[in-house]
Amino acid sequence: MATEDGAAEIPYDGSRWQRPTAFRNRKVKWAAYIGAALFVLWSIVSLLSGVTISRVVYGLGNGFLLVESMFPPETSTVNLERVGVYMAETIAMAFVATFTGVLISLPIAVGAAENLAPWPLYYLNRGIISITRAIDELIIAIIAVKAVGVGPLAGIIAISYLTIGFFSKLFAEDIEDIDMGAKEAVEATGASRFQTFVYAVIPQVAPRFVGLTVYRWDINIRASTIIGIVGAGGIGTLLMRSFNRYEYDFAGTILIAIIVVVLAGELFSAYVRRRVQ
Amino acid sequence: MLETIDLRKVYPTGDEALTGVSTTVDGNEIVAMIGPSGAGKSTFIRCINRLTEPTDGEIRLDGSELTALGESEMKAARRNIGMVFQEYNLVERLTVMENVLSGRLGYVSNWAALRRKFPPEDVERAYDVLETVGLDGMENKRADELSGGQRQRVGIARAVVQEPKILLADEPTSSLDPESSHAVMELLADIAAEEDIPIIINIHEVPLAVEYADRILGLHDGELVFDGPTDGLDENAKDVIYRGADASETTNEAVAKTRTDNNAISEQAADKPTAAGD
Repeated sequence: MATEDGAAEIPYDGSRWQRPTAFRNRKVKWAAYIGAALFVLWSIVSLLSGVTISRVVYGLGNGFLLVESMFPPETSTVNLERVGVYMAETIAMAFVATFTGVLISLPIAVGAAENLAPWPLYYLNRGIISITRAIDELIIAIIAVKAVGVGPLAGIIAISYLTIGFFSKLFAEDIEDIDMGAKEAVEATGASRFQTFVYAVIPQVAPRFVGLTVYRWDINIRASTIIGIVGAGGIGTLLMRSFNRYEYDFAGTILIAIIVVVLAGELFSAYVRRRVQ
Repeated sequence: MLETIDLRKVYPTGDEALTGVSTTVDGNEIVAMIGPSGAGKSTFIRCINRLTEPTDGEIRLDGSELTALGESEMKAARRNIGMVFQEYNLVERLTVMENVLSGRLGYVSNWAALRRKFPPEDVERAYDVLETVGLDGMENKRADELSGGQRQRVGIARAVVQEPKILLADEPTSSLDPESSHAVMELLADIAAEEDIPIIINIHEVPLAVEYADRILGLHDGELVFDGPTDGLDENAKDVIYRGADASETTNEAVAKTRTDNNAISEQAADKPTAAGD
Protein backbone atom coordinates (compact mmCIF):
# COMPACT_ATOMS: atom_id res chain seq x y z
CA MET A 1 0.00 0.00 0.00
CA ALA A 2 2.75 2.38 0.99
CA THR A 3 4.50 1.92 -2.33
CA GLU A 4 1.29 2.52 -4.21
CA ASP A 5 0.78 5.84 -2.41
CA GLY A 6 4.39 6.77 -3.06
CA ALA A 7 4.04 6.04 -6.74
CA ALA A 8 0.87 8.08 -6.97
CA GLU A 9 2.69 11.17 -5.68
CA ILE A 10 5.02 11.29 -8.69
CA PRO A 11 3.12 13.32 -11.30
CA TYR A 12 3.06 12.12 -14.90
CA ASP A 13 5.26 14.68 -16.59
CA GLY A 14 4.92 14.80 -20.37
CA SER A 15 8.47 16.07 -20.88
CA ARG A 16 10.02 13.20 -18.94
CA TRP A 17 9.43 10.47 -21.51
CA GLN A 18 12.27 9.64 -23.85
CA ARG A 19 12.46 7.02 -26.54
CA PRO A 20 14.56 4.09 -25.20
CA THR A 21 17.93 3.90 -26.93
CA ALA A 22 19.77 0.83 -28.20
CA PHE A 23 22.86 2.08 -26.34
CA ARG A 24 23.12 1.90 -22.57
CA ASN A 25 22.15 5.56 -22.11
CA ARG A 26 22.20 8.83 -24.00
CA LYS A 27 25.77 9.72 -23.06
CA VAL A 28 27.06 6.43 -24.46
CA LYS A 29 24.95 7.01 -27.57
CA TRP A 30 26.46 10.43 -28.30
CA ALA A 31 29.97 9.21 -27.50
CA ALA A 32 29.51 6.42 -30.06
CA TYR A 33 28.21 8.83 -32.71
CA ILE A 34 31.05 11.30 -32.18
CA GLY A 35 33.63 8.50 -32.13
CA ALA A 36 32.35 7.14 -35.47
CA ALA A 37 32.42 10.62 -37.06
CA LEU A 38 36.00 11.26 -35.87
CA PHE A 39 37.13 7.90 -37.27
CA VAL A 40 35.70 8.65 -40.72
CA LEU A 41 37.34 12.08 -40.67
CA TRP A 42 40.69 10.59 -39.70
CA SER A 43 40.46 7.99 -42.50
CA ILE A 44 39.78 10.64 -45.12
CA VAL A 45 42.59 12.94 -43.92
CA SER A 46 45.22 10.22 -43.60
CA LEU A 47 44.45 8.57 -46.96
CA LEU A 48 44.08 11.71 -49.04
CA SER A 49 46.56 14.05 -47.36
CA GLY A 50 49.11 13.70 -50.20
CA VAL A 51 46.54 14.24 -52.97
CA THR A 52 46.69 17.69 -54.53
CA ILE A 53 44.28 19.20 -57.03
CA SER A 54 46.87 19.11 -59.84
CA ARG A 55 47.43 15.38 -59.15
CA VAL A 56 43.70 14.72 -59.53
CA VAL A 57 43.55 16.66 -62.81
CA TYR A 58 46.57 14.78 -64.15
CA GLY A 59 45.05 11.42 -63.16
CA LEU A 60 41.70 12.21 -64.72
CA GLY A 61 43.45 13.17 -67.98
CA ASN A 62 45.22 9.82 -68.08
CA GLY A 63 41.91 8.06 -67.41
CA PHE A 64 40.30 9.77 -70.38
CA LEU A 65 43.22 8.78 -72.60
CA LEU A 66 42.83 5.13 -71.56
CA VAL A 67 39.10 5.03 -72.26
CA GLU A 68 39.63 6.88 -75.54
CA SER A 69 42.18 4.29 -76.69
CA MET A 70 39.58 1.52 -76.18
CA PHE A 71 37.43 3.03 -78.93
CA PRO A 72 36.75 1.88 -81.47
CA PRO A 73 37.02 -1.67 -80.08
CA GLU A 74 39.09 -4.17 -82.02
CA THR A 75 36.89 -6.22 -84.42
CA SER A 76 39.30 -8.37 -86.45
CA THR A 77 37.93 -11.88 -87.07
CA VAL A 78 40.88 -13.55 -85.37
CA ASN A 79 40.40 -11.61 -82.16
CA LEU A 80 36.60 -11.96 -82.18
CA GLU A 81 37.07 -15.71 -82.50
CA ARG A 82 39.44 -15.69 -79.54
CA VAL A 83 36.89 -13.77 -77.47
CA GLY A 84 34.28 -16.37 -78.49
CA VAL A 85 36.46 -19.31 -77.46
CA TYR A 86 37.41 -17.82 -74.10
CA MET A 87 33.86 -16.70 -73.40
CA ALA A 88 32.59 -20.23 -74.03
CA GLU A 89 35.20 -21.46 -71.55
CA THR A 90 34.01 -18.86 -69.02
CA ILE A 91 30.37 -19.94 -69.28
CA ALA A 92 31.31 -23.63 -69.14
CA MET A 93 33.34 -22.99 -66.01
CA ALA A 94 30.36 -21.29 -64.39
CA PHE A 95 28.08 -24.23 -65.26
CA VAL A 96 30.38 -26.94 -63.99
CA ALA A 97 31.28 -25.01 -60.85
CA THR A 98 27.63 -24.29 -60.04
CA PHE A 99 26.81 -27.97 -60.44
CA THR A 100 29.64 -29.30 -58.28
CA GLY A 101 29.29 -26.47 -55.76
CA VAL A 102 25.54 -27.00 -55.27
CA LEU A 103 26.02 -30.77 -55.07
CA ILE A 104 28.56 -30.40 -52.25
CA SER A 105 26.42 -27.71 -50.57
CA LEU A 106 23.30 -29.86 -50.21
CA PRO A 107 24.41 -32.09 -47.33
CA ILE A 108 26.13 -29.13 -45.67
CA ALA A 109 22.94 -27.05 -45.88
CA VAL A 110 20.80 -29.82 -44.40
CA GLY A 111 23.38 -30.31 -41.65
CA ALA A 112 23.46 -26.59 -40.93
CA ALA A 113 19.68 -26.28 -40.51
CA GLU A 114 18.97 -25.98 -36.81
CA ASN A 115 15.52 -27.54 -37.05
CA LEU A 116 16.73 -30.78 -38.69
CA ALA A 117 20.30 -31.39 -37.55
CA PRO A 118 21.37 -32.49 -34.06
CA TRP A 119 23.52 -29.79 -32.48
CA PRO A 120 27.05 -31.31 -32.97
CA LEU A 121 26.34 -31.67 -36.68
CA TYR A 122 24.79 -28.21 -36.75
CA TYR A 123 27.89 -26.55 -35.29
CA LEU A 124 30.22 -28.57 -37.53
CA ASN A 125 28.40 -27.48 -40.68
CA ARG A 126 27.97 -23.89 -39.54
CA GLY A 127 31.73 -23.88 -38.93
CA ILE A 128 32.42 -25.18 -42.43
CA ILE A 129 30.22 -22.44 -43.89
CA SER A 130 31.85 -19.65 -41.86
CA ILE A 131 35.35 -20.75 -42.83
CA THR A 132 34.41 -21.09 -46.52
CA ARG A 133 32.96 -17.61 -46.49
CA ALA A 134 35.94 -16.01 -44.76
CA ILE A 135 38.30 -16.08 -47.76
CA ASP A 136 37.70 -14.02 -50.88
CA GLU A 137 37.37 -15.55 -54.35
CA LEU A 138 40.61 -14.17 -55.78
CA ILE A 139 42.67 -15.62 -52.93
CA ILE A 140 41.08 -19.04 -53.46
CA ALA A 141 41.71 -18.73 -57.21
CA ILE A 142 45.41 -17.94 -56.60
CA ILE A 143 45.72 -20.97 -54.30
CA ALA A 144 43.92 -23.19 -56.83
CA VAL A 145 46.25 -22.02 -59.62
CA LYS A 146 49.27 -22.83 -57.43
CA ALA A 147 47.76 -26.25 -56.63
CA VAL A 148 46.56 -27.53 -60.01
CA GLY A 149 48.26 -25.15 -62.46
CA VAL A 150 47.07 -22.45 -64.82
CA GLY A 151 43.75 -23.15 -66.59
CA PRO A 152 40.02 -23.61 -66.16
CA LEU A 153 40.33 -26.48 -63.64
CA ALA A 154 41.68 -23.99 -61.09
CA GLY A 155 38.76 -21.71 -61.89
CA ILE A 156 36.22 -24.47 -61.41
CA ILE A 157 37.72 -25.37 -58.04
CA ALA A 158 37.74 -21.74 -56.89
CA ILE A 159 34.16 -21.00 -57.96
CA SER A 160 32.80 -24.29 -56.59
CA TYR A 161 34.41 -23.44 -53.29
CA LEU A 162 32.74 -20.03 -53.25
CA THR A 163 29.40 -21.55 -54.19
CA ILE A 164 29.53 -23.79 -51.11
CA GLY A 165 29.76 -20.94 -48.62
CA PHE A 166 27.02 -18.92 -50.27
CA PHE A 167 24.61 -21.68 -51.18
CA SER A 168 24.85 -23.72 -47.97
CA LYS A 169 24.26 -20.68 -45.80
CA LEU A 170 21.24 -19.33 -47.67
CA PHE A 171 19.73 -22.75 -48.30
CA ALA A 172 20.16 -23.75 -44.64
CA GLU A 173 18.23 -20.62 -43.69
CA ASP A 174 15.46 -21.56 -46.12
CA ILE A 175 15.27 -25.03 -44.61
CA GLU A 176 15.01 -23.46 -41.16
CA ASP A 177 12.02 -21.45 -42.37
CA ILE A 178 9.87 -24.45 -43.30
CA ASP A 179 6.57 -25.16 -41.59
CA MET A 180 7.53 -27.70 -38.95
CA GLY A 181 3.87 -28.49 -38.29
CA ALA A 182 3.61 -30.25 -41.64
CA LYS A 183 6.74 -32.24 -40.84
CA GLU A 184 5.34 -33.21 -37.47
CA ALA A 185 2.05 -34.29 -39.01
CA VAL A 186 3.81 -36.56 -41.50
CA GLU A 187 5.90 -38.00 -38.65
CA ALA A 188 2.72 -38.64 -36.69
CA THR A 189 1.44 -40.98 -39.43
CA GLY A 190 4.35 -43.34 -38.74
CA ALA A 191 6.53 -42.21 -41.66
CA SER A 192 10.27 -42.86 -41.47
CA ARG A 193 12.81 -40.07 -41.18
CA PHE A 194 13.69 -40.35 -44.86
CA GLN A 195 10.03 -40.40 -45.91
CA THR A 196 9.34 -37.34 -43.77
CA PHE A 197 12.25 -35.56 -45.44
CA VAL A 198 11.16 -36.29 -49.00
CA TYR A 199 7.48 -35.76 -48.27
CA ALA A 200 7.39 -32.80 -45.90
CA VAL A 201 10.74 -31.00 -46.25
CA ILE A 202 11.71 -31.22 -49.94
CA PRO A 203 8.39 -29.95 -51.35
CA GLN A 204 8.64 -26.92 -49.09
CA VAL A 205 12.17 -25.94 -50.14
CA ALA A 206 12.25 -27.08 -53.79
CA PRO A 207 11.30 -23.71 -55.33
CA ARG A 208 13.90 -21.90 -53.24
CA PHE A 209 16.45 -24.50 -54.30
CA VAL A 210 15.86 -23.78 -57.99
CA GLY A 211 15.85 -20.02 -57.40
CA LEU A 212 19.07 -20.06 -55.39
CA THR A 213 20.83 -22.32 -57.90
CA VAL A 214 20.02 -20.04 -60.82
CA TYR A 215 20.95 -16.99 -58.79
CA ARG A 216 24.31 -18.52 -57.87
CA TRP A 217 24.87 -19.54 -61.49
CA ASP A 218 24.46 -15.91 -62.52
CA ILE A 219 26.94 -14.81 -59.82
CA ASN A 220 29.32 -17.55 -60.95
CA ILE A 221 29.33 -16.26 -64.53
CA ARG A 222 30.47 -12.91 -63.20
CA ALA A 223 33.06 -14.56 -60.96
CA SER A 224 34.46 -16.66 -63.79
CA THR A 225 35.05 -13.54 -65.91
CA ILE A 226 37.39 -12.11 -63.28
CA ILE A 227 39.42 -15.05 -61.98
CA GLY A 228 41.23 -15.48 -65.30
CA ILE A 229 43.27 -12.48 -64.16
CA VAL A 230 45.17 -14.73 -61.77
CA GLY A 231 45.45 -17.51 -64.35
CA ALA A 232 42.40 -19.56 -63.46
CA GLY A 233 40.97 -19.75 -66.99
CA GLY A 234 38.19 -17.94 -68.80
CA ILE A 235 37.92 -14.56 -70.47
CA GLY A 236 39.88 -12.83 -67.68
CA THR A 237 43.03 -14.50 -69.03
CA LEU A 238 42.52 -12.72 -72.34
CA LEU A 239 41.68 -9.41 -70.67
CA MET A 240 44.85 -9.50 -68.57
CA ARG A 241 46.96 -10.36 -71.63
CA SER A 242 45.56 -7.47 -73.65
CA PHE A 243 46.28 -5.01 -70.86
CA ASN A 244 49.84 -6.29 -70.52
CA ARG A 245 50.37 -5.74 -74.25
CA TYR A 246 48.75 -2.28 -74.19
CA GLU A 247 46.11 -3.53 -76.68
CA TYR A 248 43.47 -1.29 -75.18
CA ASP A 249 41.15 -1.52 -78.19
CA PHE A 250 41.08 -5.30 -77.79
CA ALA A 251 40.46 -4.86 -74.03
CA GLY A 252 37.46 -2.71 -75.04
CA THR A 253 36.06 -5.59 -77.13
CA ILE A 254 36.48 -8.00 -74.23
CA LEU A 255 34.80 -5.64 -71.75
CA ILE A 256 31.78 -5.25 -74.04
CA ALA A 257 31.56 -9.04 -74.42
CA ILE A 258 31.66 -9.45 -70.63
CA ILE A 259 28.92 -6.87 -70.13
CA VAL A 260 26.68 -8.59 -72.70
CA VAL A 261 27.14 -12.08 -71.24
CA VAL A 262 26.74 -11.01 -67.61
CA LEU A 263 23.61 -9.01 -68.39
CA ALA A 264 22.12 -11.90 -70.34
CA GLY A 265 22.83 -14.25 -67.43
CA GLU A 266 21.25 -11.84 -64.97
CA LEU A 267 18.12 -11.44 -67.08
CA PHE A 268 17.74 -15.20 -67.46
CA SER A 269 18.26 -15.76 -63.74
CA ALA A 270 15.75 -13.05 -62.80
CA TYR A 271 13.20 -14.56 -65.19
CA VAL A 272 13.58 -18.10 -63.83
CA ARG A 273 13.44 -16.93 -60.23
CA ARG A 274 10.28 -14.98 -60.88
CA ARG A 275 8.70 -18.07 -62.41
CA VAL A 276 9.48 -20.49 -59.58
CA GLN A 277 8.69 -18.27 -56.61
CA MET B 1 -8.79 -49.46 -26.30
CA LEU B 2 -6.56 -46.66 -25.09
CA GLU B 3 -5.49 -46.60 -21.49
CA THR B 4 -3.30 -44.08 -19.72
CA ILE B 5 -1.99 -44.85 -16.25
CA ASP B 6 -0.57 -42.06 -14.10
CA LEU B 7 0.61 -40.17 -17.17
CA ARG B 8 2.96 -37.41 -16.08
CA LYS B 9 4.86 -34.80 -18.04
CA VAL B 10 7.37 -32.34 -16.64
CA TYR B 11 8.91 -29.98 -19.19
CA PRO B 12 12.63 -29.12 -18.95
CA THR B 13 11.55 -25.69 -17.67
CA GLY B 14 10.12 -27.42 -14.59
CA ASP B 15 6.48 -26.94 -15.58
CA GLU B 16 4.43 -29.95 -14.62
CA ALA B 17 1.96 -30.13 -17.49
CA LEU B 18 0.37 -33.42 -16.46
CA THR B 19 0.34 -34.54 -12.85
CA GLY B 20 -0.67 -38.17 -13.29
CA VAL B 21 -3.62 -38.63 -15.62
CA SER B 22 -5.33 -42.01 -15.69
CA THR B 23 -8.22 -42.73 -17.99
CA THR B 24 -9.56 -45.23 -20.50
CA VAL B 25 -11.08 -44.57 -23.90
CA ASP B 26 -12.84 -47.37 -25.72
CA GLY B 27 -15.37 -48.40 -28.34
CA ASN B 28 -16.43 -45.60 -30.64
CA GLU B 29 -16.99 -42.92 -28.06
CA ILE B 30 -16.30 -39.27 -28.69
CA VAL B 31 -14.35 -37.84 -25.80
CA ALA B 32 -13.95 -34.10 -25.52
CA MET B 33 -11.14 -32.81 -23.37
CA ILE B 34 -11.79 -29.35 -22.00
CA GLY B 35 -9.93 -27.04 -19.65
CA PRO B 36 -8.34 -23.60 -19.50
CA SER B 37 -5.30 -22.65 -21.60
CA GLY B 38 -2.17 -24.28 -20.28
CA ALA B 39 -4.08 -27.03 -18.46
CA GLY B 40 -2.17 -29.70 -20.39
CA LYS B 41 -4.74 -30.72 -23.01
CA SER B 42 -2.31 -30.58 -25.92
CA THR B 43 0.41 -32.22 -23.87
CA PHE B 44 -1.92 -35.12 -23.06
CA ILE B 45 -2.83 -35.72 -26.69
CA ARG B 46 0.74 -35.34 -27.92
CA CYS B 47 2.02 -37.76 -25.30
CA ILE B 48 -0.22 -40.50 -26.67
CA ASN B 49 1.64 -40.74 -29.99
CA ARG B 50 4.79 -39.49 -28.29
CA LEU B 51 5.26 -36.36 -30.34
CA THR B 52 5.91 -35.15 -26.79
CA GLU B 53 7.81 -37.65 -24.68
CA PRO B 54 5.97 -38.40 -21.40
CA THR B 55 8.06 -38.20 -18.22
CA ASP B 56 6.31 -40.96 -16.34
CA GLY B 57 3.39 -43.34 -16.50
CA GLU B 58 2.07 -45.76 -19.07
CA ILE B 59 0.08 -45.56 -22.28
CA ARG B 60 -1.46 -48.73 -23.64
CA LEU B 61 -3.16 -49.07 -26.99
CA ASP B 62 -4.99 -52.38 -27.38
CA GLY B 63 -2.73 -53.89 -24.75
CA SER B 64 0.64 -52.88 -26.19
CA GLU B 65 2.53 -50.43 -24.03
CA LEU B 66 3.49 -47.46 -26.23
CA THR B 67 5.76 -45.89 -23.63
CA ALA B 68 8.04 -48.95 -23.70
CA LEU B 69 8.59 -48.98 -27.47
CA GLY B 70 11.86 -48.17 -29.21
CA GLU B 71 12.06 -45.62 -32.00
CA SER B 72 11.26 -47.92 -34.93
CA GLU B 73 8.56 -49.82 -33.01
CA MET B 74 6.97 -46.51 -32.07
CA LYS B 75 6.94 -45.53 -35.76
CA ALA B 76 5.01 -48.69 -36.53
CA ALA B 77 2.65 -48.01 -33.60
CA ARG B 78 1.98 -44.46 -34.84
CA ARG B 79 0.32 -45.94 -37.92
CA ASN B 80 -2.51 -46.95 -35.59
CA ILE B 81 -2.98 -43.45 -34.20
CA GLY B 82 -4.47 -40.76 -36.43
CA MET B 83 -3.93 -37.13 -35.51
CA VAL B 84 -5.69 -33.94 -36.55
CA PHE B 85 -4.06 -30.57 -35.82
CA GLN B 86 -5.28 -27.09 -35.05
CA GLU B 87 -3.33 -25.50 -37.90
CA TYR B 88 -4.14 -28.43 -40.26
CA ASN B 89 -0.37 -29.02 -40.77
CA LEU B 90 -0.69 -29.97 -44.42
CA VAL B 91 2.26 -29.86 -46.80
CA GLU B 92 0.96 -26.76 -48.55
CA ARG B 93 2.76 -27.25 -51.84
CA LEU B 94 1.56 -30.80 -52.34
CA THR B 95 -1.78 -31.81 -53.82
CA VAL B 96 -4.74 -32.88 -51.73
CA MET B 97 -4.20 -36.49 -52.83
CA GLU B 98 -0.53 -36.45 -51.87
CA ASN B 99 -1.43 -35.05 -48.47
CA VAL B 100 -4.07 -37.70 -47.91
CA LEU B 101 -1.75 -40.48 -49.08
CA SER B 102 0.90 -39.35 -46.61
CA GLY B 103 -1.30 -41.17 -44.11
CA ARG B 104 -0.15 -44.41 -45.77
CA LEU B 105 3.59 -43.63 -45.64
CA GLY B 106 4.07 -45.98 -42.72
CA TYR B 107 3.14 -48.89 -45.01
CA VAL B 108 5.29 -48.16 -48.07
CA SER B 109 9.02 -48.19 -48.78
CA ASN B 110 11.24 -45.10 -48.88
CA TRP B 111 11.65 -45.57 -52.62
CA ALA B 112 7.89 -45.61 -53.11
CA ALA B 113 7.55 -42.46 -51.01
CA LEU B 114 10.14 -40.75 -53.18
CA ARG B 115 8.22 -41.63 -56.34
CA ARG B 116 4.78 -40.99 -54.76
CA LYS B 117 3.94 -44.56 -55.77
CA PHE B 118 1.28 -46.05 -53.50
CA PRO B 119 -0.50 -49.40 -53.88
CA PRO B 120 -3.78 -49.12 -55.84
CA GLU B 121 -5.84 -50.12 -52.80
CA ASP B 122 -4.34 -47.20 -50.84
CA VAL B 123 -5.26 -44.79 -53.61
CA GLU B 124 -8.76 -46.25 -53.75
CA ARG B 125 -9.14 -45.84 -50.01
CA ALA B 126 -7.91 -42.25 -50.33
CA TYR B 127 -10.61 -41.55 -52.93
CA ASP B 128 -13.22 -43.10 -50.62
CA VAL B 129 -12.10 -41.03 -47.66
CA LEU B 130 -12.04 -37.84 -49.74
CA GLU B 131 -15.66 -38.55 -50.59
CA THR B 132 -16.48 -39.12 -46.92
CA VAL B 133 -15.04 -35.74 -45.95
CA GLY B 134 -16.79 -34.04 -48.86
CA LEU B 135 -13.79 -33.24 -51.03
CA ASP B 136 -14.46 -35.53 -53.99
CA GLY B 137 -13.06 -34.08 -57.18
CA MET B 138 -10.53 -31.95 -55.30
CA GLU B 139 -7.69 -34.52 -55.30
CA ASN B 140 -5.45 -32.61 -57.70
CA LYS B 141 -5.83 -29.20 -56.11
CA ARG B 142 -2.88 -27.93 -54.18
CA ALA B 143 -3.45 -27.73 -50.43
CA ASP B 144 -2.73 -24.00 -50.37
CA GLU B 145 -5.62 -23.36 -52.74
CA LEU B 146 -8.17 -24.57 -50.19
CA SER B 147 -10.12 -22.72 -47.52
CA GLY B 148 -9.52 -23.36 -43.81
CA GLY B 149 -12.48 -25.70 -43.47
CA GLN B 150 -11.43 -27.66 -46.55
CA ARG B 151 -7.86 -27.92 -45.31
CA GLN B 152 -9.02 -29.34 -42.02
CA ARG B 153 -11.03 -31.91 -43.97
CA VAL B 154 -7.84 -32.91 -45.78
CA GLY B 155 -6.16 -33.16 -42.37
CA ILE B 156 -8.95 -35.45 -41.19
CA ALA B 157 -8.77 -37.50 -44.38
CA ARG B 158 -5.03 -37.97 -43.89
CA ALA B 159 -5.67 -39.35 -40.39
CA VAL B 160 -8.59 -41.56 -41.44
CA VAL B 161 -6.77 -43.10 -44.41
CA GLN B 162 -4.33 -44.55 -41.87
CA GLU B 163 -7.17 -46.84 -40.72
CA PRO B 164 -6.21 -45.95 -37.16
CA LYS B 165 -7.42 -47.60 -33.97
CA ILE B 166 -7.93 -44.20 -32.39
CA LEU B 167 -8.16 -40.64 -33.61
CA LEU B 168 -6.65 -37.68 -31.74
CA ALA B 169 -7.76 -34.16 -32.56
CA ASP B 170 -5.81 -31.25 -31.08
CA GLU B 171 -8.07 -28.16 -31.18
CA PRO B 172 -9.43 -29.08 -34.62
CA THR B 173 -11.87 -26.16 -34.64
CA SER B 174 -9.81 -23.35 -33.11
CA SER B 175 -8.71 -21.91 -36.45
CA LEU B 176 -12.15 -22.19 -38.04
CA ASP B 177 -15.27 -20.04 -38.19
CA PRO B 178 -18.32 -21.28 -36.22
CA GLU B 179 -19.99 -22.85 -39.22
CA SER B 180 -16.92 -24.81 -40.31
CA SER B 181 -16.35 -25.77 -36.67
CA HIS B 182 -19.75 -27.44 -36.51
CA ALA B 183 -19.16 -29.16 -39.85
CA VAL B 184 -15.80 -30.51 -38.67
CA MET B 185 -17.24 -31.75 -35.36
CA GLU B 186 -20.09 -33.44 -37.20
CA LEU B 187 -17.62 -35.07 -39.55
CA LEU B 188 -15.52 -36.35 -36.64
CA ALA B 189 -18.65 -37.77 -35.01
CA ASP B 190 -19.61 -39.52 -38.27
CA ILE B 191 -16.12 -40.98 -38.58
CA ALA B 192 -16.18 -42.38 -35.03
CA ALA B 193 -19.41 -44.20 -35.87
CA GLU B 194 -18.43 -45.29 -39.37
CA GLU B 195 -14.90 -46.46 -38.62
CA ASP B 196 -15.92 -47.69 -35.17
CA ILE B 197 -12.99 -45.99 -33.43
CA PRO B 198 -12.83 -43.71 -30.39
CA ILE B 199 -11.88 -40.05 -30.84
CA ILE B 200 -10.29 -37.73 -28.30
CA ILE B 201 -10.87 -34.08 -29.12
CA ASN B 202 -9.18 -31.17 -27.37
CA ILE B 203 -11.53 -28.28 -27.53
CA HIS B 204 -11.91 -24.81 -26.09
CA GLU B 205 -15.55 -24.24 -26.92
CA VAL B 206 -17.57 -25.97 -24.20
CA PRO B 207 -20.90 -25.75 -26.10
CA LEU B 208 -19.36 -27.60 -29.06
CA ALA B 209 -17.99 -30.23 -26.70
CA VAL B 210 -21.38 -30.68 -25.05
CA GLU B 211 -23.15 -30.90 -28.38
CA TYR B 212 -20.99 -33.58 -29.96
CA ALA B 213 -19.19 -35.52 -27.22
CA ASP B 214 -20.38 -38.62 -25.40
CA ARG B 215 -18.01 -38.02 -22.57
CA ILE B 216 -16.06 -35.11 -21.13
CA LEU B 217 -12.58 -35.07 -19.64
CA GLY B 218 -11.82 -31.91 -17.67
CA LEU B 219 -8.23 -30.89 -17.04
CA HIS B 220 -7.15 -28.24 -14.58
CA ASP B 221 -3.47 -27.54 -14.03
CA GLY B 222 -2.48 -30.93 -15.42
CA GLU B 223 -4.91 -32.78 -13.19
CA LEU B 224 -7.92 -34.74 -14.40
CA VAL B 225 -10.67 -33.10 -12.35
CA PHE B 226 -13.67 -34.33 -14.33
CA ASP B 227 -14.30 -37.57 -16.17
CA GLY B 228 -17.86 -38.48 -16.95
CA PRO B 229 -20.74 -38.47 -19.41
CA THR B 230 -21.61 -35.16 -21.02
CA ASP B 231 -24.86 -34.94 -19.01
CA GLY B 232 -22.82 -34.82 -15.82
CA LEU B 233 -21.12 -31.57 -16.79
CA ASP B 234 -23.07 -29.12 -14.59
CA GLU B 235 -22.11 -25.61 -13.50
CA ASN B 236 -20.27 -26.95 -10.50
CA ALA B 237 -18.16 -29.27 -12.65
CA LYS B 238 -17.32 -26.39 -15.01
CA ASP B 239 -16.27 -24.31 -12.00
CA VAL B 240 -13.94 -27.04 -10.90
CA ILE B 241 -12.46 -27.45 -14.40
CA TYR B 242 -11.99 -23.77 -15.16
CA ARG B 243 -11.40 -22.29 -11.68
CA GLY B 244 -9.86 -25.09 -9.68
CA ALA B 245 -11.23 -27.22 -6.86
CA ASP B 246 -11.43 -24.45 -4.21
CA ALA B 247 -13.99 -22.55 -6.27
CA SER B 248 -16.71 -24.76 -4.79
CA GLU B 249 -15.97 -23.48 -1.25
CA THR B 250 -18.54 -21.02 -0.06
CA THR B 251 -16.77 -18.90 2.56
CA ASN B 252 -16.71 -15.18 1.88
CA GLU B 253 -13.01 -15.24 1.27
CA ALA B 254 -13.33 -18.01 -1.29
CA VAL B 255 -16.13 -16.18 -3.06
CA ALA B 256 -14.03 -13.03 -3.26
CA LYS B 257 -11.09 -15.03 -4.53
CA THR B 258 -13.26 -16.79 -7.09
CA ARG B 259 -14.41 -13.40 -8.34
CA THR B 260 -10.91 -12.24 -9.08
CA ASP B 261 -10.02 -15.60 -10.60
CA ASN B 262 -13.20 -15.35 -12.57
CA ASN B 263 -12.11 -12.11 -14.18
CA ALA B 264 -8.75 -13.56 -15.02
CA ILE B 265 -10.40 -16.57 -16.58
CA SER B 266 -12.88 -14.65 -18.69
CA GLU B 267 -9.96 -12.59 -19.96
CA GLN B 268 -8.13 -15.78 -20.80
CA ALA B 269 -11.22 -17.17 -22.43
CA ALA B 270 -11.46 -14.10 -24.60
CA ASP B 271 -7.89 -14.73 -25.74
CA LYS B 272 -8.44 -18.36 -26.46
CA PRO B 273 -9.74 -18.48 -30.02
CA THR B 274 -6.74 -16.51 -31.25
CA ALA B 275 -4.14 -18.27 -29.12
CA ALA B 276 -2.07 -20.83 -31.01
CA GLY B 277 -2.92 -23.72 -28.71
CA ASP B 278 -1.66 -24.53 -25.23
